[in-house]
Amino acid sequence: MTNYSYTLLIPLIPLTIFLLTGLSGHRFKPIYSGLAGTMGLTMAAFLSYITAIRYFFIDGPVNGMYPQIKAISTVWLRFTDTLHIDMGILIDPISVMMLVVVTTVSLMAHIYSLGYMKGERGFARFYSFLSLFSFSMLGLVLATNIFQMYIFWELVGVSSFLLIGFYYEKPSAVAASKKAFIVTRFADLGFLIGILMLSFTTDTFDFISLTSSTGPAIASSAGTAFMGLSVISWALILIFIGGAGKSAMFPLHIWLPDAMEGPTPVSALIHAATMVVAGVYLVARLFPAYALTAPDALHVVAWVGGFSSLFAAVIALTQIDIKRVLAFSTMSQIGYMMMALGVSGYGDHEGLGYMASMFHLFTHAMFKALLFLGAGSIIHAVHSNNMTDMGGLRKYLPITHITFLIACLTIAGIPPLSGFWSKDEILAAALHHNPVLFAIGFGVAGLTAFYMFRLYYNIFWGHDRHYHHTPHESPLVMTIPLMFLALAAIFSGFLPFSHMVTSDLKPFEAHTDLAVAIPSVLIALAGIGVATVMYRKPNTLPDRLASSIKVLYTASLRKFWIDEIYQFVTKKILFAGVSRPIAWFDRHVIDATMNLVGWVVVTTSSKIKGFQSGQVQQYAAVFISSVILLVLVFVYLFSN
Amino acid sequence: MMTQGIPLYYFLIISTLMFFIGVFGFLTRRNLITMLMSIELVLNSVNINFVAFNSYLVPHRMQGQFFSLIVIAVAAAEAAVAIAIIINIYRNFRSIETDKVNEMKY
Repeated sequence: MTNYSYTLLIPLIPLTIFLLTGLSGHRFKPIYSGLAGTMGLTMAAFLSYITAIRYFFIDGPVNGMYPQIKAISTVWLRFTDTLHIDMGILIDPISVMMLVVVTTVSLMAHIYSLGYMKGERGFARFYSFLSLFSFSMLGLVLATNIFQMYIFWELVGVSSFLLIGFYYEKPSAVAASKKAFIVTRFADLGFLIGILMLSFTTDTFDFISLTSSTGPAIASSAGTAFMGLSVISWALILIFIGGAGKSAMFPLHIWLPDAMEGPTPVSALIHAATMVVAGVYLVARLFPAYALTAPDALHVVAWVGGFSSLFAAVIALTQIDIKRVLAFSTMSQIGYMMMALGVSGYGDHEGLGYMASMFHLFTHAMFKALLFLGAGSIIHAVHSNNMTDMGGLRKYLPITHITFLIACLTIAGIPPLSGFWSKDEILAAALHHNPVLFAIGFGVAGLTAFYMFRLYYNIFWGHDRHYHHTPHESPLVMTIPLMFLALAAIFSGFLPFSHMVTSDLKPFEAHTDLAVAIPSVLIALAGIGVATVMYRKPNTLPDRLASSIKVLYTASLRKFWIDEIYQFVTKKILFAGVSRPIAWFDRHVIDATMNLVGWVVVTTSSKIKGFQSGQVQQYAAVFISSVILLVLVFVYLFSN
Repeated sequence: MMTQGIPLYYFLIISTLMFFIGVFGFLTRRNLITMLMSIELVLNSVNINFVAFNSYLVPHRMQGQFFSLIVIAVAAAEAAVAIAIIINIYRNFRSIETDKVNEMKY
């Protein structure tokens, strides 16, 4: 078996860069921090590609099965002989795949930011945070056990907080970063409780033993029941809540649109391609446990994913801010991945959904990063996020236009681009499992095509707006990542994923199901067609349509008032009903007790402070008379 | 011995008298030098006790006498320190009356 211990360098290089640029970046020209970060990520990406090539193509499956290798493992915190927290590196198909995804997208974001962030204040800080994020995400991906994953999970949360709040002078950015942090932390509470329950019942944190089909998780699945579900099911549902928070699943999605306050490369890196798929990765990581012991938990995953994808797609139809459209499209696509995991079975062709989910994760990372970086290039040119300020940009931004068009076609699922292949597998898996979920996925495919082309036409077609200066194409350092990602978006669909990433680690043959592929392409074309009619040339059709279904339009524009509901619940119910009484109790009972103690001490001491008169002889008199008194007492006590 | 004819309680009476005269002087006199002298009286009354008990209880040993020698040495040292303090007090307050030196209070 090949030695993979060098993979330790993959997370360590970004960590070193983070420490270097974070501690001493201000002493050098900012550009050096940027170059250092980019160089480090290049090395990490290079090592990841080597690992992937070795793992999938040179070593390949052993006895028809991909091995799960612990490249490095040390005991970090020992509770009992069997229960201990390790730190290590796990090499298996999904972690290797995620290595490639994370380092590729991160590298592209690094290169792109050299141009996009040029001249910004805090350039060095930006790069050190990017490196911190890359380190945390790589650590999360490579974790050998669920607790190590949790640690890096929180680190990812912190770096996301730092990057969303990068423009900390902007109140909206500060609010967005706090919102993201609090919402995901709230979800992580579920994750932590889930970890504790899971490790309590199975006596292990280790992924390999948790997910092996003969391991303790499977053996203890018939344990005690609560509300009709086994403990394992509850634990896995709670863990899924953590994943849902990070992956912005309904109803914990409210932070994702606001997170677009961060710089655009950050949106591309974190809020599209890598961090938000951490939830999907978590479920995929524990997938055998879900599939074999807790089918109920898997149903929850499927329905939450399906609902979120539909919900987000409907909201994306009406948003004006181009980054928010992309944010909701991300939520929708991640819902797709969750749904695919939820409808998947275990083993061979049953595990099609699992494979499709990972496949879609891979292709989505490429084309969504491309979309966000393209959006960044547009924003760079126009200095606005709103599509109402854009139009006719195809003349000015040719490279961005072509790459953005490729990304839109990819996400719409037009063959032979990569989105088509992965989406097709998801729909096939859904059809196989549950027709209702298939219908949702099918509808979402049409909606996706429509809103992406609404975005595309509004930006690149239609009238020119009054630009302050003529928009110009971004520099090469920004367009090269766009072109690279466009190539990845076109060709990554041809990777033989069913031979590489499967639920039971055994390769199988997956075929394109024409009965699914043809309708899904047709509905995508229909969505594009409707968008073309409505938005290619300026006309009154969209406005008339909006006013004819005003209620629906407003609901979608206002994101179904979910934010307002959260405000209502927190302000009116939690603050008024719980926090106020607690504050009252704190002020009038706890504080009052302390104040009483203080008051007693102050009053008594002011009464008796006259004793300390400063007159030495008075002290001596008290002292001597007390001694005499004591002597008398002792004489009385001991004389009989 | 010279003390052979004198009973022990004579010594005790004189030392008790000296002790309380010392205490009385310490508590009533306002002058720091006089207070120091009163302390010497107290110490010397103790010395008398040591010596008297020594020669009545264990005449062939000398502990009591040496102890009183130590007390005398300590008293000398204490007088040196006390007088230094008193001089400093005088420099600061232009007085050595204790009721005028009462800044160390609440």
